This record gives sequence, C-alpha cells and structure tokens, in this order.
Amino acid sequence: MGNESMISLSGMVMAPVLAAGLPLAAINWHSVLFLLFASLASIFAVGVVLADNVVRMALYLVFSLAATAGLFFLAGAEFIGAMQLMIYVGGTLVLLVFGVMLTAQAPFVSIKPSAADRALAGLAGSSLLVVLLAAALSVDSWQRPGLSEVTAPTATPLGMALLGMRVDGPAAGAATGAVANGYLLPFEIVSIHLLVVLVGAAYLARAKRRRTPRPIDAAASAVSVVEGSTRVELPAALPPRSGSASALVSGGSK
Amino acid sequence: MAAFLINSVGLPEWLAWTITALVAAALILNVIAGGALAFIWAERKIAARIQDRLGPTRTGGRFGWLQSLADGIKLLAKEDLMPDGADGMLFRIAPYVSFCASFCAFIALPFAFDFVGQRLNVGVFFVIAVLGLEVFGVILAGYASASKWSLFGAMREAAQVVSYEVPLGMCVVVPVMLAGSMDLVTIAEKQGGWLTNWYLFHDPFTFVIFWVYVTCAVASVNRAPFDLAEAESELVAGFHTEYSGLRWSFFFMAEYASMFLVSALAAILFMGGWNGPVPLAALAGLSEGTGDTAHYLVRVVGLANLLTKATLGVLFMMWIRWTLPRLRIDQVMTTCLKYCTPIAAAMFAGAMLWQLAFPGGLIPGMARPAGEIREGWLEGPGGQSAPVVVPSVDGTVAKAVR
Repeated sequence: MGNESMISLSGMVMAPVLAAGLPLAAINWHSVLFLLFASLASIFAVGVVLADNVVRMALYLVFSLAATAGLFFLAGAEFIGAMQLMIYVGGTLVLLVFGVMLTAQAPFVSIKPSAADRALAGLAGSSLLVVLLAAALSVDSWQRPGLSEVTAPTATPLGMALLGMRVDGPAAGAATGAVANGYLLPFEIVSIHLLVVLVGAAYLARAKRRRTPRPIDAAASAVSVVEGSTRVELPAALPPRSGSASALVSGGSK
Repeated sequence: MAAFLINSVGLPEWLAWTITALVAAALILNVIAGGALAFIWAERKIAARIQDRLGPTRTGGRFGWLQSLADGIKLLAKEDLMPDGADGMLFRIAPYVSFCASFCAFIALPFAFDFVGQRLNVGVFFVIAVLGLEVFGVILAGYASASKWSLFGAMREAAQVVSYEVPLGMCVVVPVMLAGSMDLVTIAEKQGGWLTNWYLFHDPFTFVIFWVYVTCAVASVNRAPFDLAEAESELVAGFHTEYSGLRWSFFFMAEYASMFLVSALAAILFMGGWNGPVPLAALAGLSEGTGDTAHYLVRVVGLANLLTKATLGVLFMMWIRWTLPRLRIDQVMTTCLKYCTPIAAAMFAGAMLWQLAFPGGLIPGMARPAGEIREGWLEGPGGQSAPVVVPSVDGTVAKAVR
C-alpha cells in the first residue's frame, strides 16, 4: 500500500513530462521526481539570496522548504516531511510577520548588502559547499532510489521508540537475548530543555509591572494603588493603560 | 484502482498510476468547488432565515438554487484590479497559495475506507500542518495590497492562527492517543460499531474536548465569531479589501474548503468517521475490507455517512456565524490562551487517566478489543501480519515487548 500510494501522490506531477515524448517505460520516475523537487528547492534557495525584499525572501524560503518536504515524502519519510512543513514552513510564517513589521521602516524595505558582505558570505557559502561536496564524493557507491525500498512505518515505531520501546527492533537482537532499547533518555533531556526555554521565553516576554505610577496617573485625582501590585483605577476620561495598539498583534506584550 | 488498470485493462504501469492520480486530484477538486457552490447557497439561505428574510428565491426557479452559479458568472465577468502601490507578484500569487494549502490538506483526508488520495501514516499531523499554511496567502495578500486595512486584517489573522494552533493540536492529540495511531483511516476504523464507540462518547473528557476542538476549528478557519481578519464593520473587508473577481473568489473557495476540511476532521476524530451510528453493514454480515461489489457498496454508504457529518459541521458553523456577534481581538486571545489551552490540557490528562482506569470502557464488551485493527504497515505483504508487537493503549505493551 505504501509503495503504490506514494507513486499515486507523485503521479500528479508526472503529466508535464509525458508531453515530451520520452521513452516513458524506461525512465526511473523516482529519480525524475527527485530531480524535480530538488531543483525546485535549489531554485527558490537562490531566489532567497538574490531577492532584496524581506517578504519575497520569506516567500521563496517557504517554497524552498516545502520542496524539501516533498523530497522527504518522496523518500517515504512521512513523519519528517510533515515535521518539515509544521516547524520550518510554519516557522517561516513568523519570519514573514516580522518582515512585514520591519518593512514599515525605510532601511529595511530593500536590503542591499555591501561588497564586503557579499565577499564574506561568498567565502562562507563556498567553504560549506566544499565540505559538503567532499562528503558527498567520498561515498563509495550511491544506491539508486528504488520504489521497492519505500516502506514507511514511520510514526508509530518512532513514537514507541521515544518512549523506550523498540517495536521495530531488529530480530537479530531478540535472538541473542539483547533488549533493543529506545530513546527515552534523550527524549526526556530534549523535553526538559524545551520546557526551560519556554519558561525563559515567557519570563522575558511577560508584561512588566511598573514600580512607580506614571506622572499622568499621579496627576489624576482618582488614583488608588492596590496592595501588592500597582493596578491603577483611571478616571473614565483617560484611555485604558493597555491600549488597543498593543492588543492589535498579540493582546499584550511588553 | 491502479492495480485494476494494470491487471484488467492492461495499461502500462506509469500510465495507470498517472490516471489514478489525476482521478483522485479531479475528485478532490470537485469536492472543493462543488462544495463551495452548495455551501454559498446554503449560507445565503441560512443567513436569511436567521435574520427573518427569504434569501435568494428566483434564480433557477424554486429556492434560488442557482444563485451560486449566478454569483460565479458575475465574479468571472468582473475586472481584475490591482492597486498601484501593490507588490504585483505577491498580490497575484496570494490567492493561489491559500487555495493550494487547502487543496493539499484534502490529499490525506479519507472519505471512506480506502477512499483516500494518499493514505499517510501521519495523516492527522499532515492535515493540521498543511491547514496552518493557508494563513500564508492571507498575510501575503495583506502585505502586497499596500492598504492599511488589508495589513491590519493580515496581522490579526497571523496572531490568531498561530495562537489557535496550540489548543487545536492538543485537542487532536486525544483521539490519536486513544487510537494509538496518527493514521486517519485507523482512527476512524477503531470507532466502528455502535454509536457508543465514537470517541465523542468515549468518556466525559473527550466529550468536553470535542467542543474545545469545535471552537478552535472555527477560529482557525477564520469564521465568525472569530473573523477578525475581515471584520467588515472595522476594516472594510480586511485582507481581501483590494481583491476582486476571480482572485477574490479563490480566497472564498479556500475558506469553504477549510470549513469542510475541519468538519470532516472532526467527524473522523470524534464522530466515528464513515461509521454510521448503527453498524448496519456488520449486522448484515458485510465488511468494508475486501474487494467484491457488496463490500464496495458498504464503502459508498460510508462515504455518504462522512459527507453528511461534514456537511452538518459546516451548517453548524454557519448557524454560529449568524447567531453570535464578533469578538474583539483581546477576547479572541483570551479565549484561546486562558480558556481553550488550559481546558484542552486538563481534558488530555483526564482522558489519559480514564483510559488507564477503564481500559475496556465503562460497560465491558461494548468497546472493540484493542489490537483487532492494525495500521496498514503492520500487515505484511499478502495480508499476513508482520512479526511485531502491536502497540495498544491498554497497558499491555511493555510486557509484551519485554
């Protein structure tokens, strides 16, 4: 089922290739689709570098990351693919929002890096490329992608393994009596780490309480400082303290 | 279907797969487009009745049932305008981004047993992830329109959708936990049998969390009372202020498609999917699993079941829309962060403890035994079970594995 349906998903993008009149039966469609998604990802990645508008950059980044998710789906790693969509593509959404906010100011409307910046970025990028190419070329023999290898029991065994149980455990290990351990400890470490980050972020972003009343409050006649906090009851004529401007985006930030 | 084309018709493999994929894509597209036509008409009629009017009565004879088609022709004939200051490329692409996100989510949505574009092992997760991408189109539209009303609407939508993803995800986790699978087909199969097997009636906690899901779903598809992104009384028309004609209608197709999608998802996660309240097929001795005609008919009945439930969900959303007033943005945020999220978290813990206390349900023998239904990958080739332990939720897993 997994094999067949993976092809049926990918079949949607086959149509343009059909028109070219190639010897269709001889083509490894898996490779064709791989090349399609890979080139989409690369083209939009170049687009991110070349664009000078923040919002367009974010859009190209979304397309590039979505094409990468397509590669994961093609490889049968459905869970990773959905994760890619959820985390990276969804995370770029926040980037986009910041882009929209920043472009309200002049220096960010169009980003034009200086020559030194370009040289530095080119140096960093090309050295990374050299490292990656060296790693890729050092592989002895590449396996051609085949549809027969795509069996995708990804999510449930993964989840069970993170809870410390390997349901997909190697049969050889069971034969010798060795228990296949899962990844409960790393999972818990990462969870606690994320929790700490979350608490820290909430602490930093919380609404700061004023120690002293603002001059406008002091001047107002009907001021009553509540014990323990500085909640101030304003006269009706004054605007409320947390104005609608901050409520526009998140309903209260600092 | 591809196997049928290869074996019986004798098509080459690549052509068979292409045709299968095209048929699936065309069917999904028709569900979206045809559904939008029907729902727009229904929305007009329901709105009219709630406001003590008649709504469309003349177009197409009785009940104005051709009104949506007339609307469509009007939209086709409209001029495609773009503001001077707009970012042309982004402005043009935004409606398609919204629509594609909705369309892609349908790929993993099962309409009946085995009636699914692409059965994904992580179906729930995929649908939620892709549904969240619809907001991209809205933000792009708001930014590219070069209009402050559009930008206000887009920023509101961004804040709202990002916030409501949290409780929505928590609600979805509960059926996933009960079924022990993220595969939508498996989740629906596990609720087969009588009405009492639906996760809605599994325990009090799932009943409560269903309503949290409904709230979050309405908010995440941007419908009233959470439609702050278009808020016509404050923002003219919000993010689509500057759009007209066909591009505007793409936003609406995406909205109606998303409504249908979250309703169908609610039906699958909580209301038994394509299983009717009474297991008629099982009583008649039929099953949906194998391939002959009678079993195929069972699936078609299941399809009707699911479509009915999803349509009822959409009608419920319309009822809500024309009944409740729009919330303010701070009220929307309060609803999400102070009510929906804590309630969902507490109900999640409650459902977990309930499952621990009553693994077989309150009335013994009513629930289907765990382990009877397996995820697709556990079935080896030729229908033989692979030699692995079936993870189930009744606490026997650890013992079995060790």
